[in-house]
Parts: sequence; C-alpha cells; structure tokens
Amino acid sequence: MGVAKYIKDERGAIKEVVYQSGIKVKPAYGPEDLEKAGFTYEKDLGAPGEYPFTRSLHPQSYRSRAWTTRQYTGFGTPEETNERFKLMIANGQNGLNVAFDLPTQMGYDSDHPLAEGEVGRVGMAIDSLKDFETAFAGIPLDRIGSGLTINAVATIMMAMYQATAEKSGYSKNQISTTPQNDILKEMIGRGAWIFPVEHGVRLVGDSIEYAVKELPKSNPVSLCGYHIRESGATPAQEIAYAFEIAKAYIDNVTNRGIKPEDFVGRFSFNFNVYGNLWEQIAKFRAARKLWAKMLKNEYGVTDKKKLFLRGLFGGGGSGLTKEQPENNIMRGAYYALGAALSGAQTTALCSFDEAYTIPTPRSALLSLRTLEMLMDEVGLRDTVDPLAGSYFIETLTLEMEEKILEEMKEVQKWGGMVKSISNGFIQRKVSRQAYEFEKGLQSGEYRKVGLNPEGTPETTDAGNEKTDVELHEYNEEWAIKSKSNLKELRATRNDKEVTSSLTALEKAAKGTENVMPHLVKCCHAYATVGEMAGVFRDAFGEWNEPDFY
Amino acid sequence: MKTKNKIRVLIAKPGLDGHDKGAKIVALALRDAGMEVIYSGLHQTLDQIMQTATQEAVDVIGLSIMSGAHLPICEKLIGMMKEQGLTDVYLTVGGVIPHQDIPKLKEMGVAEVFPGGISFEGITTGMNKLFE
Amino acid sequence: MIRLIEDNDPSAFELLKQLYPHAGGAFIIGITGSPGVGKSTLIDAMITEFRKLGKKVAVIAVDPSSPVSGGAILGDRIRMQRHATDTGVFIRSMASRGQKGGLSRATKDAVIVLDAMGYDVIIIETVGAGQAEFDIAGLAHSVGIVSIPGTGDGIQAVKAGILETGDIFIVNKSDKPDADAACHELVMMLGMRNLSETQWTPGVLKTIARNGTGVDKLAQSFLSHFNFMKKNGLIDLKRKKMEQMYFQSILKDLTLEKILALMKESTNFKETSKKIESGSMNPLSAAELMVKTLKVTR
Repeated sequence: MGVAKYIKDERGAIKEVVYQSGIKVKPAYGPEDLEKAGFTYEKDLGAPGEYPFTRSLHPQSYRSRAWTTRQYTGFGTPEETNERFKLMIANGQNGLNVAFDLPTQMGYDSDHPLAEGEVGRVGMAIDSLKDFETAFAGIPLDRIGSGLTINAVATIMMAMYQATAEKSGYSKNQISTTPQNDILKEMIGRGAWIFPVEHGVRLVGDSIEYAVKELPKSNPVSLCGYHIRESGATPAQEIAYAFEIAKAYIDNVTNRGIKPEDFVGRFSFNFNVYGNLWEQIAKFRAARKLWAKMLKNEYGVTDKKKLFLRGLFGGGGSGLTKEQPENNIMRGAYYALGAALSGAQTTALCSFDEAYTIPTPRSALLSLRTLEMLMDEVGLRDTVDPLAGSYFIETLTLEMEEKILEEMKEVQKWGGMVKSISNGFIQRKVSRQAYEFEKGLQSGEYRKVGLNPEGTPETTDAGNEKTDVELHEYNEEWAIKSKSNLKELRATRNDKEVTSSLTALEKAAKGTENVMPHLVKCCHAYATVGEMAGVFRDAFGEWNEPDFY
Repeated sequence: MKTKNKIRVLIAKPGLDGHDKGAKIVALALRDAGMEVIYSGLHQTLDQIMQTATQEAVDVIGLSIMSGAHLPICEKLIGMMKEQGLTDVYLTVGGVIPHQDIPKLKEMGVAEVFPGGISFEGITTGMNKLFE
Repeated sequence: MIRLIEDNDPSAFELLKQLYPHAGGAFIIGITGSPGVGKSTLIDAMITEFRKLGKKVAVIAVDPSSPVSGGAILGDRIRMQRHATDTGVFIRSMASRGQKGGLSRATKDAVIVLDAMGYDVIIIETVGAGQAEFDIAGLAHSVGIVSIPGTGDGIQAVKAGILETGDIFIVNKSDKPDADAACHELVMMLGMRNLSETQWTPGVLKTIARNGTGVDKLAQSFLSHFNFMKKNGLIDLKRKKMEQMYFQSILKDLTLEKILALMKESTNFKETSKKIESGSMNPLSAAELMVKTLKVTR
C-alpha cells in the first residue's frame, strides 16, 4: 500500500511513474514546469508562518521547537490506567492520550451481552462517572490535557470528563480535553459508529457548540484522514474527504448561528504518513494551503491563527509488513523523514512490530529514537521547509492541490459528505481501491521489499521467519470487576436523580436542544454509559449500513 | 463432500470490532473467483449470523475477526450450528489469528483458517478445496 | 429448498410439485427501480410496517452475477439486517446467474416455496422491469416502481414502457428539493394511461426510506391494491395468467432439455459439430440441418 505504480521496460528502466493519487511523475523537472503552472512565491507559498502557510504554520518551525510526539495509554481497569497516567506524568509528559475499550466506544456497559470478551481489552472500560473519577484521581486537570480516543459517544465522555473535573474542584473553564469526535470517518474507515449519519453529525455539532460556549480550553474535533487512508483512500482523497467532513461539521454548527471564526481554530487533524515520500510531502504542503484558503474564502475566517492546519502527521500502519519486521524500522524512519520534511508539528510512529503485536517498550523506544534522530542528529531542524523552491516539489504540490480539489468536487457533486456516506459512495470507492491495491501487491505489480517478488533472495533469506501474531492481553478479571462495580453502583446511587436526568436527556435528544448540559447532569447522577447511549439509541435509532459494493 | 457449482459464502463480522476492510476485500476476491457472497455488515451477534446463514442457505460461513476473540466466538458458533442443525455448513475464520491457535480452531470444528497475510489465491483455493 | 432450486437439483422439481398446492395465499409485491434509488432501504422499512400489522414477510433480493466471473456480491441484505433475528421475516438473496432481467424460473420457484411456507407478504426486489420472460409483472400481484427526484427517471419509465406495468410509483429520497416536481411529472404521465372501470388508478407516493417517512402509507397502499384486486376478481385473473406463463416456461425448459439430450447423443450431432469446428459448415446451416432431421412422432 502507498507504493507508486512503476512501469518498467525489459531492462528494468522506469518508463512511467504514477502516484496513488493519480499524478504522473516526469523523469526531470525544471524552471519551465513552474512557469507552466503559473507558480509564484507569494500566491502559492507565502513566507513561513504567512498565509497560505504552504511552507509552515510558524516562521521558525523546528528552529524554535522540535516536533512533539504522542503516546497512548489506557487499558484494563480505571485503577491500572490511573497508575499508568501518573507514571507518564512523572516522566515528563504533559498530555494524556486515552483509549477506551470497545463496549465503551459502542455505548454499552460492561455487563451487556455484546461486551463479552471485550471489557478492558483495547482500552479502558468506562461504565460510569465512578470509573472516570478513579482513572483521573489525583491528576491535576488544570495543567494536564487529555486526548480521548472516542467518537460515537464523545459527547458522553466529554460530559464525564467535565463532571470528573467538577467533582475534584476544577471548573470547566480550566480543563482541556480533545475528544477525537469524528463520527463521519468512523463510518468510512473505523467502524465504531452507532447512530444514523445525520444524528451522528448533530451530536458533533452539539459538542462543538458546547465547547465554544462552555469549554474554552478544549478542542472538540480531531478530523481523521488517517483511518480513511488506512481503509483504501489515496493520499489526495485522505485530505479531500477530511476537508469535506470538516465542512459537514462546520455547516451544522454555523446553522446554529455560530460563526466559523469562533470554533474552526480548535479543529485539529490526524493524517497518515506512509507511502511515497514525495507524494506525502506534497500532500501535507498542499493541505496546509488549501485549508487556509478554504477557511478564508469560503468561511470568512480572518484571524491568522485560526487558519492553521494543526495536527498529527504520523502512524503509517498500512505501510508496514508482518514479514521481515525489521524492515519496518527503516520504513518508519523514511516515513518520519517525510513528516519532518513536511513540517509536521506533532507526530507518532507505529512501532516496527505493530503489524503483529502490541508495541513492546523496546519497539516503542525505537520509534521515539527514530523521531529524535531526525531532529537532533540528521538536521531536520536546521531550516524551515527545506524543499521549497524545488522544481519537482513545487510542481507536485500544485498538482496535489488540484487533485485534492478534484476529489472534493466529486463529493460535492454527490451532495456533500453526509449524503455520500449515507449512500455508501465513499465506502464503495475506498473498498474497491483497497481491493485493487491488495491485488496489485499480491501480483507483484506494487513492490514491497521483503514481500515480493516472491522467490527472490530478499524474500526468502533469513529474517523471514514467520513472526506469529500476538494479541492484546485479555484478563477476565477486568470484566468481573467492572460487572461487580456496576452492581454496586446501581444499588447505591439515587435512582430518582438518574431517571429524571435521563428523561431530560431524552427530551433534548428528541428535540433540538443541546444534549451536553443534560449529559453532564446524567454523569453527576451516576447514570451509566449504556443508559445514556441507550437514550440516544431510542431517540435516533441505529445506522443501517449501505452496501459497500 | 458435495461438489458445488456455485459456492455461497456468508462473510460475517461478529462482535463490536469495526475493522471491515479485510472482510470487504475478501468478499470482492471471492466474487471474482465465481462465488456468491453475502456480507453481513458490522456488529453482528451470533444469533444474527446463524439466522442469516440459515435463510441464505450458505455453504460456508466466513468469520472475519480482527479483535483476537476468535477462540470463544468460534466455539460458541460451532455449538449453535450443531444445536440448530446447520451441520452441512462449513465454518472458516480469517483475520488476526496467531498460528498457534490454528490447531485449536481446527479441533473445535473450524474447517479452515485464513490468518492475516494470506493471499486471495490462498483463500479461494482453501474455500474451493472444501468442496472437492 | 431454495438452494436446490437454484442449483437445478433434480429433486427440487418433485418437492415443488408437492408444495405447489399449498401456495397461493401470499401477497406478492415486486419492487423495482434503478440502482441507488434506495429499494433495499425502502423494503427494510416496509418490513417493519408489515410486521406491525402482524404479517409474516419474506424478501427475495436479486442481484446481478458478474458476467466475467459468474460470482456475485449479494449486497441488498445488509440494509435489512436488523430484521435478522425476527422469526417472522425471511430474507433470501439470489444472484441472477446470467438471467438478463435478473428474474428467472428459479425466482418463481422460490416464491412458491415461500408462499407454501406461509409468508403473508413476499417482496421481490430487482433492478429494472426488464423484458425477459419472467418480468416482475408476471411474478407479482403489485409492482412498485421506485425512483428518486432529479434523475428524470419518470421520463425513462415512459420510454421503457414501465409505466404500463407499475401499480404504485414511489418517489424516494423525497427530502430532495425537486421531489414535488418529480411526483407531479409522474402523476401527469400516469394520467395519460387509459383506464377501464376495473383498472386501478396508480398512485404516486413520496417516501424517505432511511427514516421511514411515508412508508406506513406505502404499506397501506399496497394492501389497498391487493384488496382492490381481490374485490374485482383480478387476483384470480392474474393467477391464471401467471400459471399459464409458468406452465409455458417449464414446458419449454423440459422440452428443450429432453430434445437437446437426445440430439447430442445422435451421430448426426457429433458430425455436425465437427464440421463447425473445422469451418466446413457455418452455425446457421448446422442448426437448420439438425432441426430438419428432427422427426416428431405422435
């Protein structure tokens, strides 16, 4: 995946190169290419830190600050998660990234039949405010911000975070939470959706509106092109679809009478970094430029800082192989190079063994060192956007811009993202592409070192021991504990408060009132995640997936 | 084993895990190999899978499990298949499956296992072999 | 059982003979329309409505087989999957297996089986009203034609002669802006149909399948049509027609089977085939010759 198509002649010379996004690449570029494209520095690049930010969001970029890296936590019980949190903070981390188990992500309590075998496995099990309080006990929520990897029930988790903070004496003005909260990408590429499309978007809108009015330090949405790319989209589509998704959310909120200027600055992005080096660099530079232009021209945003495409460029799981895993160390380094040359502010790398296991501390450290090396040894901090002015890169960036706009136009033709996803157009396109890429990989049309061509020394030599897959640890104890906690909770909480808060939530959900304040009340009353999500399920129904073919 | 002129396969995603790319591309590959494929969609309970497999009179149930829960899920489903008389249907499973679990699955009654990384050819050959 | 039919298993014929007398009670609805108009979503909502009325529902969803590989993705079911554990609902996906209209004798056979099994309503979902031998009008009591606003489907329907076969016209995705215009267009064109006293006035209904809007009225409309037909003796008329068609079709299949089998055994056939292969005779003359040599003895 991510490899360009190379058409070679009998002697192995490359006759044609086509990038995944559909762009053809010439053997050589010169000043005439820039001339032909009508390239000018002011219009197409701007100085670093100046509109349209193609080169960089900040004038000094890495000269003033190296890129920041992230690391996940959260699994098992809230108690264990709390310990991990405290350890990470002691090690100097000033932001937490929280993962939740599947039942929580899907709005089920730990004792729901569908939760079987899943409690605490891929993240923390949260059933009620009690669990949140345990997880964040003793954490200074006015200084430490938390990223919550939660989507369908992001509103519930945001409310819980606020309720937890309030119970510990903090005010909602002090806390900083960044829920992922991008339901539309779930419907394309990650699968953790619950409600029909319009209702999912309504909830995102509610959370943004609430954040604007009540949570000044929180960032309500992280637009994830990442997962869309992982499920088969090309680099150009990754950006295009993320932007069209952003528009769906923006439009929902502006329809409430709130100006884009008041919230778009708090959007962040999560983009993927694997694949052809030049295509990635051009993609990110074009993305920065297009985002700024779109916000300025289509949404009337004028404040410079609010035009920034902030986010994480990283990951790259799809590029890695299970076979000859050590090759992934090099791949990771090259992907990181691409991210650095693109001026990524924040990054993270998949560990080399991630294709078949949970990253070990050693492999996680290797990733961290890869990232440090680029900044401190190899010279990526030396100057801003070093490739600017390159005939190739500037031409490619312009072509990528065109490609992205083309893909966006197609979505607009289909009636926008909500319609495209409801009708299955995006999913169909992305699945078919994934199928074609996979066929190409298996046939050897796309080269993957260590994998093909089959039978060559590099695919048969040592290092090719079939590494066996290791899975997320699952501990039955977690489920047992969670279930008994639930039992105790139900016996000791104030049922009248729970019922009345859920009733109020229902009314809001079925109407147009913002659900967030009601959710906060429900959390304080110790309503469970399943109960709150249950109210939504009743009010909205569950999504009926379209056929993907 | 009966030979089949058309093999009908149910590709099913049991449980809460939402990673369906593998299931979808395998469905396309099986279609291109001449099979009739019914895709269940995400978040299926075992009851839904059983009912679908029965009504659609499939020859094979192909579970796609990326969550690591293949052992308990297959065990349960095999039990249900026996209970409800779905004995002439094969159960296969693909996804994130450690090689060491393959013998355990086969012992349970799973007809074929397709761990991640296997080629489309490997899957279609494996499926077709069940009917030779 | 349906599997045996699909696979042309010889035992299917006997079983069908036994089941046939038990069939005839079901209300058969055909739903057709271009891809993407929302037929599956509509049927999903219709199932809910019929279930509310206490009726058992069966659905036959037909999808095209790939002409290249012969395989198929039978993808309609996914839109109806929430009914998967309702024992009063039976959903069966069938691939067209090369049949041009998508519908074939196998579809009819499947309807008989489901009818005999006691389903009150049987919905057949297919693409295009087709001109194949078994088109939807020949299989169903009521035909619903689904379109969406903005595609000019109404005009297409007239061109294809579909307007003559539809009993209920459904404009789905009617939250789209030109929904009213689309309805209007259809009403106008239907107004040009000649109606006798016992002929049904086809209705045009608006629905938004994905949230169920208008589907309760739709279910009622279909039931009204069914009652209308019963009252006016049209069900009987239709049944006779359908039986004739069915008879002709089976007769053709069986006769063809028998004759071809005999033909292929004859030395004449083998010689003629060789001549075609070697190029000394063309297929037209060859077929003519074979049929000439057919002797019919009464």
